[in-house]
Amino acid sequence: MPEVTKLIHKYLRHDKKFPHVWCPGCGIGIMLGALIRAIDRIGYEKDEIVLVSGIGCSGRLPVYVDFNTLHTTHGRALTFATGIKLAKPSLKVIVIMGDGDAVAIGGNHFIHAARRNIDVTAIILNNSIYGMTGGQNSPTTPYGMRSTTTTYSNIEQSFRISELAVTAGAVFVGRGTVYHAKLLDSLMEKAFLKQGFSVVEVIAHCHTQYGRQNRLGSAVEMMQWQRDHAIPVEKSLKMKSEELEDKILIGVLVDKELPVYQDEYEKIRDRARAAMEK
Amino acid sequence: MVEGALRAGCRFFAGYPITPATEISEVLSVKLPRVNGTFIQMEDEIASIGAVIGASLAGVKAMTATSGPGFSLMQENLGFAVIAEIPCVIVNVMRGGPSTGLPTFPAQGDVMQARWGTHGDHPIIVLSASTVRECYDMTVRAFNLSEKFRTPVILLIDEVIAHMREKIVFLENEEKEIFNRVKPTMPPEWYIPYENTPSGVPPMANFGEGYRYHVTGLTHDIRGFPTLRQDEIGPFINRLHRKISAHFSEIQSAEYFQTEDAEITLIAYGCVARSAKRAVIEAREKGLRVGLLKLITLWPFMRIAVEKVIQTSKVLIVPEMNMGQISREVKRVSRGMARVFTLNKVDGTIITPSEIFNRIREVI
Repeated sequence: MPEVTKLIHKYLRHDKKFPHVWCPGCGIGIMLGALIRAIDRIGYEKDEIVLVSGIGCSGRLPVYVDFNTLHTTHGRALTFATGIKLAKPSLKVIVIMGDGDAVAIGGNHFIHAARRNIDVTAIILNNSIYGMTGGQNSPTTPYGMRSTTTTYSNIEQSFRISELAVTAGAVFVGRGTVYHAKLLDSLMEKAFLKQGFSVVEVIAHCHTQYGRQNRLGSAVEMMQWQRDHAIPVEKSLKMKSEELEDKILIGVLVDKELPVYQDEYEKIRDRARAAMEK
Repeated sequence: MVEGALRAGCRFFAGYPITPATEISEVLSVKLPRVNGTFIQMEDEIASIGAVIGASLAGVKAMTATSGPGFSLMQENLGFAVIAEIPCVIVNVMRGGPSTGLPTFPAQGDVMQARWGTHGDHPIIVLSASTVRECYDMTVRAFNLSEKFRTPVILLIDEVIAHMREKIVFLENEEKEIFNRVKPTMPPEWYIPYENTPSGVPPMANFGEGYRYHVTGLTHDIRGFPTLRQDEIGPFINRLHRKISAHFSEIQSAEYFQTEDAEITLIAYGCVARSAKRAVIEAREKGLRVGLLKLITLWPFMRIAVEKVIQTSKVLIVPEMNMGQISREVKRVSRGMARVFTLNKVDGTIITPSEIFNRIREVI
């Protein structure tokens, strides 16, 4: 068994609920691999990791890994994560969401978690579609594309998740694709180590739903598209805006410092106790 | 309620401002940080109950407080707390509805919603209060029951009681029994998080204490993993119900006022129980044998209390500030052995003692 496989097996609940639910060729496995490698490299104990998810293909991820795992309601993963983190700040809380979770039903929670600077990492698998329910239009389905609820074409503009996170105040925002697996490793590592609300957007393909309905080919062809359309942030600075129109910026979009909620709240506790003693 | 929550060991509150429940948030935002607790104002009520469930999973007793519109938003995650068996307390200060309704006026229109608001077949515990002292006691009790039975407990208060100022007396060295969730004592590899124990309540491991397990809103097997097997789904749902139904005597409570010889019994709860008590006193002065059954536990419905009063009373009157929610239950459990009359009021004002007294006059 290659070293990298051995490492992943160390973290899987492989004697429990396999085989998994994902389609052959799905990008979620690559994302999970990156997540495990980043956790292993930092050296977290399994007991200190809490993995929280919402609903959908990505929502099934926590069940396969040997951490404290929580599979919540659709879009609400960040709210549960907020409660866990504030109740027990020693835990490392990682939230896995899909695009529907993060910016449709849970959009409000997403921008507020970023604004508050809750110390959790949000990993968002963006595959431009609702996969598990059978390929319906999502807030990240590009304009003009097809889904089972936009059979004549999608007339809505799509969200750019990372840019939304930056605007909402996230202190770390990184974007990668499942083609760029090594970049994902490093983005996740940086995000986990960051104090405050960190976001990693993972561009993935859903060849089963999105790919089939839009004739984009197999998983391999869709990953080749990712390769051809991803531009590192540094390189993009030297490019003209028209050249970047159909491109995805990958890399670190923002990395800044802001007061973290739980640290600020500790000061509130000090003030409250001081006020009581007076 | 704030004092009751703190006494019960509540150290986490997440809420969203809403009339007439906001005072609970305001006071806890001052008091919780003093005792090393956490208060957070969330972006909405959905987020509030989510954070409360998360905090409870991490081992901290947690509560939220809201009113009708917010309570409606909480229903989905309330069901999550039921299926994943996460202890937590939800206060609903009832106001007039439906929709935005009457934010500053009282009502008792959420009794059935508290029972059936979240989807799916589920058990629930709902407590009420009709005095300020009872608000304190029932908040402590709500936490105790939630911890003991690993279930969300709803405290249904009406606007009148929530905004009432009343002297309450705490006896010196008053002892209150505080119940904390039973934690697993076995080694982690032996821990079965949703085991079918004799009481129906499995021990609960908090996140980060060495018992790594899976918590999900999907129907799950005894290890917490999603299941589609008939032989696992049925026993699981049955256990959820059994853990409540096997412990009715611990969960249910009511107060009986002059019911021993009563020919007519009033059945009331919340602020209406106060008017009803006054009406009983007035009726007794006029020589009418009237009593009051004050319901404290609303759900599971206290069949045993109704069966007790219909031994003497062949007439039951259920005054309530809705179109008849508890009266349906009274009719159901009295099985025709007593005539059940209603007194319903939904105009944003309380039911007065004289209105109840007049109703007594009408039905005899």
